[in-house]
Amino acid sequence: MKAPAFARNSIALSGAIIVGLYLAIVVVSFFWLPFDPVKMDSDHSLEAPSIASGHLCGTDEYGRDILSRIMKGTFVSLVISLSATAMGAVIGVTMGVWAGFLGGRWDHWLMRAADVLFSFPSLLLAIFVMAVLGEKTWNVVVAIGIVYIPQFARISRGAILVVKTNEFVRAARSNGAGSGFILFRHLLPNILVPIIVQVSLSLSVAILLESSLSFLGLGVQPPEPSWGNMLSAARNVMVIAPWTAVYPGLAIVFLVLGFNLLGDGLRDLLDPRLKNIR
Amino acid sequence: MGRYIAKRLLSLVPVLFGVSIIVFFLVRLIPGSALQMYLGTQVEATPQQMVELKRIFGEDKPVPVLYVEWLGRLLRGDFGYSLRTGRPVLPDILARLPISLELTALALVLALAIGIPQGILASLQRNPIGDVANRMLGLLGLSLPQFWLAALMVLLFSGFRGWIPMGNYVRFFAHPLENLRMMILPSLAIGVGLAAVIMRYTRNSMLEVMQMDYIRTAKAKGLKRRSVILRHALKNAILPVITVAGFNTGYLIGGAIVIEEVFALPGMGRLALYAIYQRDYPLIQGIVLFIAAIFVLVNLATDLIYAVVDPRIRLDEPGRRA
Repeated sequence: MKAPAFARNSIALSGAIIVGLYLAIVVVSFFWLPFDPVKMDSDHSLEAPSIASGHLCGTDEYGRDILSRIMKGTFVSLVISLSATAMGAVIGVTMGVWAGFLGGRWDHWLMRAADVLFSFPSLLLAIFVMAVLGEKTWNVVVAIGIVYIPQFARISRGAILVVKTNEFVRAARSNGAGSGFILFRHLLPNILVPIIVQVSLSLSVAILLESSLSFLGLGVQPPEPSWGNMLSAARNVMVIAPWTAVYPGLAIVFLVLGFNLLGDGLRDLLDPRLKNIR
Repeated sequence: MGRYIAKRLLSLVPVLFGVSIIVFFLVRLIPGSALQMYLGTQVEATPQQMVELKRIFGEDKPVPVLYVEWLGRLLRGDFGYSLRTGRPVLPDILARLPISLELTALALVLALAIGIPQGILASLQRNPIGDVANRMLGLLGLSLPQFWLAALMVLLFSGFRGWIPMGNYVRFFAHPLENLRMMILPSLAIGVGLAAVIMRYTRNSMLEVMQMDYIRTAKAKGLKRRSVILRHALKNAILPVITVAGFNTGYLIGGAIVIEEVFALPGMGRLALYAIYQRDYPLIQGIVLFIAAIFVLVNLATDLIYAVVDPRIRLDEPGRRA
């Protein structure tokens, strides 16, 4: 992939810029935040956004600076989303490649297991897993990771089945290449594109799932700020202080949009077959 | 066709079996038994009472035996008893079902009503700027958290009486119009994401179909553009869209759980959250099983509809989102 092609693709580029901005916010938040994100200050509760006071996004009901909490929450959301996607991708791709490559009984049972997990709507499965494991930040990673395992398994298995039938695989085999060599040298590089695209889209859905769980009180627990639990707290006061609900929501929307743009653009760039259609 | 339906119905059995295993054993993983949680709120029990309680709570036998017994009761429609109210779980779930069903169905209708026309319009705009704008719009729709949209709606419409349910839910059969009015905004909050998905699929599908020979023939015959698009192209382009809509009902069901909470609608999702906050595990078990079974049936129905409308039955699975 050449740089000009990427630059021409405004969709992927704008996605990359948005995600890059959020990463920059995370780095900044390690060293500097406008205010202490957890320190309560009852003298300044529910202040409207203003430049004079320094609270650019206003304060919440405990007088905490909303911008600082959003910045702190960026790290939490990104870490959960990245870890959950990594967990789903590593386990799912391993299972899917294994099933597709070996075929037979393994394939049958692994795919039936995936069917069972697909029988639960994503959010319901995540809520159920959280109810079982208890409301801790790392359990959110596990809950979303479990949702992703069958998705990655199915996609990588399908891709392996397609690539496996190619001439070059048969040629390699008749040249005496071993299974391991064929798997790592010929098959895996050829299924990377659908997996990369899926990773990007999964990151966006993970942000939404995490914020939904936290909104319902099942995810990241207060006082640690996350966008979802900020919105949850805002429900009681948003009619008199709309900024408590508006800004954390915008933070979610733009990051999710960034990942979606990136995923959609990458699909165009990496998979030429789809170019004419999309 | 009959054989195909029978085969698909049979294939549900192992899936539902697997679902029941997951639900049963995951709940067993919870630290502390249901009995302990029940006793946590009660006075101490005597040894004889403990034996009796263990029998009632089904903790007196090895787990596999308990599973088989539990499955047997499920098949007879006995979903167990709530730890908090002591009432059987199933009637409580069924009482909440209509609200969630209405919410989900309305969300699906709205998503189709918004997504399909938008997708057709988008497929007609083939200039680069319009193209990028339409894709941005679709991706933006995908990026809006349902519960945030709902919160914004509450914020914007709280001044208009009757549009926000908030604690004064009216049943459909008691007052249909009033019911629909208060269900519109919650359904819209749930359906916007799916509308975006449908818009994208409709657009892509239309572009694909418009390149086909029979469309060129129709155009060459001198038919009106409108008739070519709506009567010839749309008929074929709509098939994959229906499938995508069907397979994404899981997204709507998940949305309903969160949205019922925001709008205080007394549906199944709200019951599920209440059960989780109250650690009422038989109730959680029952709701999760019930929703999974519905979801599996909807997916099957989608497959069958697809097989009916498209004689070239494709057995491979099209993409799903959530």
